[in-house]
Amino acid sequence: MARIVGIDLGTTNSLVAYMNGKTPTVIPGPEGRTLVPSIVAYTPSGFLTGDAAKEQLVRNPEHTVYSVKRFMGKGLADVTQELRYFPFKLTEQNGVIRLQIGNKSLTPPEISAMVLKELKARAEAFFGEEIRKAVITVPAYFNDSQRQATKDAGKIAGLEVVRIVNEPTAASLAYGLQKRKQGIIAVYDLGGGTFDISILKLKSGIFEVLATNGNTHLGGDDFDRRLVDVMMQDLKVKHSLSVEGRPELQQELRIRAEQAKCRLSTDTETVVEVPLPDGKGHYRRTFTRAELEKLVDDLVEKTLAPCRQALADAGLPATDVDEVVLVGGSTRMPLVQQRVQALFGKTPHCELNPDEVVALGAAVQADILSGGIQDMLLLDVTPLTLGIETMGGVMSSLIRRNTTIPTSAKELFTTFVDGQTSVDIHILQGERELAKDNRSLARFQLRIPPMPAGVPRIEVTFMIDANGILNVTARDVRTGEVQSIEVKPSYGLTDQEVERMIRDSFVYAKQDIQERQRIEAMNEAESILRATEKALARAGNLATPEELAAIQAAVANLKSAMAGTDHRALRDAIEKLNKASYSLAEKLMNSTLQEALKDKKLSDVT
Amino acid sequence: MEITKKELPLARSMCWHCQSDIGGEYFCNQCVKVQPLSKDMDYFTCFGLPRKLNIDTARLETKFYELSRVFHPDFFEGKSEMERAVSLANSAILNQAYRTLKDPLQRVEYLLRLEAGAAKDIPGKAPADLFEAILEMQEHLEAFHAATAENDAKTLARAGELLRGARKTLEAKRAALENRLAELFQIWDKLVEKPPHDQTQTATKERTLKEMRDLLSERSYVMNMLQNLNEVLA
Repeated sequence: MARIVGIDLGTTNSLVAYMNGKTPTVIPGPEGRTLVPSIVAYTPSGFLTGDAAKEQLVRNPEHTVYSVKRFMGKGLADVTQELRYFPFKLTEQNGVIRLQIGNKSLTPPEISAMVLKELKARAEAFFGEEIRKAVITVPAYFNDSQRQATKDAGKIAGLEVVRIVNEPTAASLAYGLQKRKQGIIAVYDLGGGTFDISILKLKSGIFEVLATNGNTHLGGDDFDRRLVDVMMQDLKVKHSLSVEGRPELQQELRIRAEQAKCRLSTDTETVVEVPLPDGKGHYRRTFTRAELEKLVDDLVEKTLAPCRQALADAGLPATDVDEVVLVGGSTRMPLVQQRVQALFGKTPHCELNPDEVVALGAAVQADILSGGIQDMLLLDVTPLTLGIETMGGVMSSLIRRNTTIPTSAKELFTTFVDGQTSVDIHILQGERELAKDNRSLARFQLRIPPMPAGVPRIEVTFMIDANGILNVTARDVRTGEVQSIEVKPSYGLTDQEVERMIRDSFVYAKQDIQERQRIEAMNEAESILRATEKALARAGNLATPEELAAIQAAVANLKSAMAGTDHRALRDAIEKLNKASYSLAEKLMNSTLQEALKDKKLSDVT
Repeated sequence: MEITKKELPLARSMCWHCQSDIGGEYFCNQCVKVQPLSKDMDYFTCFGLPRKLNIDTARLETKFYELSRVFHPDFFEGKSEMERAVSLANSAILNQAYRTLKDPLQRVEYLLRLEAGAAKDIPGKAPADLFEAILEMQEHLEAFHAATAENDAKTLARAGELLRGARKTLEAKRAALENRLAELFQIWDKLVEKPPHDQTQTATKERTLKEMRDLLSERSYVMNMLQNLNEVLA
């Protein structure tokens, strides 16, 4: 079976891991780093991802996008409150956010696909073979649209997403594999942009999720913003400076805030220094850990209600939890650890690397799917109640939250008036009574042959698969005929759009490669021109007139190639100049050598 | 608990793939393809259990884990589309069955559907012996809401006191209903053990089922009232 890798597609960083025998292992990049920053930048020479893109954050803030996971499966109205924190431009089309970078308008799945491609390339370089399949993790509390967007990102990157796994459950797989523990565990996962809590029962190799809860819009990013707000206020008061129209400054503040927050997990005090624009010196400020804790206290508090709800849904008191496992970079904060300890009444485990454990778990799940590990099985749940809109705008639930997946529900539909030929169905996800308070997933139309009212019987099956993704099928009960349904996602891409993006991504990649090759050839051409001019100036007298004429012709040829865009023509011209100037270069080398040897004794050069 | 291979009814007697006789086994003897479970199978049969109301939930869980290891989609990655579809459908049935039988209330509701063709959702009904108490409680509720609107602390405190009293009454009723339900579970299980085709037994069975249905109906009403009260008093 083709190799399957495990990918943690994070808000801040992403990783790819595989199963090295019986040990899940993260695949490092060429410089040995395991984390790929989930950042994409657009530069004149094409798209950059990962570390290269991270360097563009301050230099090129308007065309460098990050934390894109927060936009997956969302519309613009969902994120209006945080728009002011992003220096890049967001718009919306057909319920899907578009990020404006360069002259392109890209969706979150397309941006995520670029990060996935970087990971894919990393794995391919490591194994020396093409990688086509992956397990990708998502926050447990991701709804259907967000999961689908992640799957689309995989497709656009040329990966078949064989399974979407929830991050806390993936972490539990890595944890369970290592510790061989039994009992009830709680996984508290606070990442860069999302929060999840999952309560699991580990017994004889089965990892049964009892309940899960969370908040897909709460994480370390929000902590950073509290610090940024303080600094923005300072700048306004002390330096009459606003970040508006200064994306570089805005980005600088964000990066310094994040670094300061991280330092305050080990230090009790830290100094932030930010260069002011137009060389007006520096802005300097000391933050204490106590101050940070006061600023983010309500955010940490916000994670506790989902924990209590998950325990209630699992039907367990906090005292029944045997172990608490911490996952995600934000759990390095002492305040977070204290709160979790107070809630569960026991010291949480943080010996696993909170940045890597999710990717390691994804690799374990990939191994299970490849038929490697046979004795471990994950039984996960759907995090949100699924339902349909009924009369009066009320949501009628079909599948309750925390139902073990795969699971299905059937619903029978009929007509209310004679000759009615269609029934509109609106699918929702959420815990509220009214349809309008829940998340709209999709709408579709059942087609019905004209008959007296109440006679048609169409049975619709709502199946949530092991990825937590909904599949809808309809069957005419009288004829037994299966009806194909065209579901229009409320906040997602249609199949056709995904197809187009897959094609586009190849075009971009091709353009990018050609552009990169042209730039590399250009750089080489410039350096060879400089070298030739230098050689002619120093040793032109050594060349024969024929050699001189040939060099001058080759130089002219190269200069005209440099005016064009074809990198192959450039390469040719470089090669020609190299040949024409070869004998001159040789003569120059010899004369330089003689020059150098002139004053030296024989003993010095042997 | 051992899984005998022929425990669960399958949708068909011939393999969907190679048409050979599958003899009731989950995987075809000839082509080793997984076979679809019968959609008409009841959840008790799914776990090889008699239709009793007191279940050893630890054994139920063990059986659920065993069957999950047989049918879960994780073990069918890379198999044909049809095999994956069968695994998905079988797992969905299994999960639904486990969820239903694990919880005593869902279990008895399900039994009522099987034995007496009851509706999926049993409608709530006010317990007759609580009529007066419920009427009074409505009055207290109105007084409570009015006092909240007018910011009348004194009336609010008194109404709150009375409502807390009503909550105690409702909770006592709920406990009584659940105790009686537990007794009926025992009665039902004894009836199931007796040999069938006994005229008086059939009548007793029907009576027990009806009483359980009425209890559930009253319990559903009491639970609703309690939830409302808790929201108001929170």
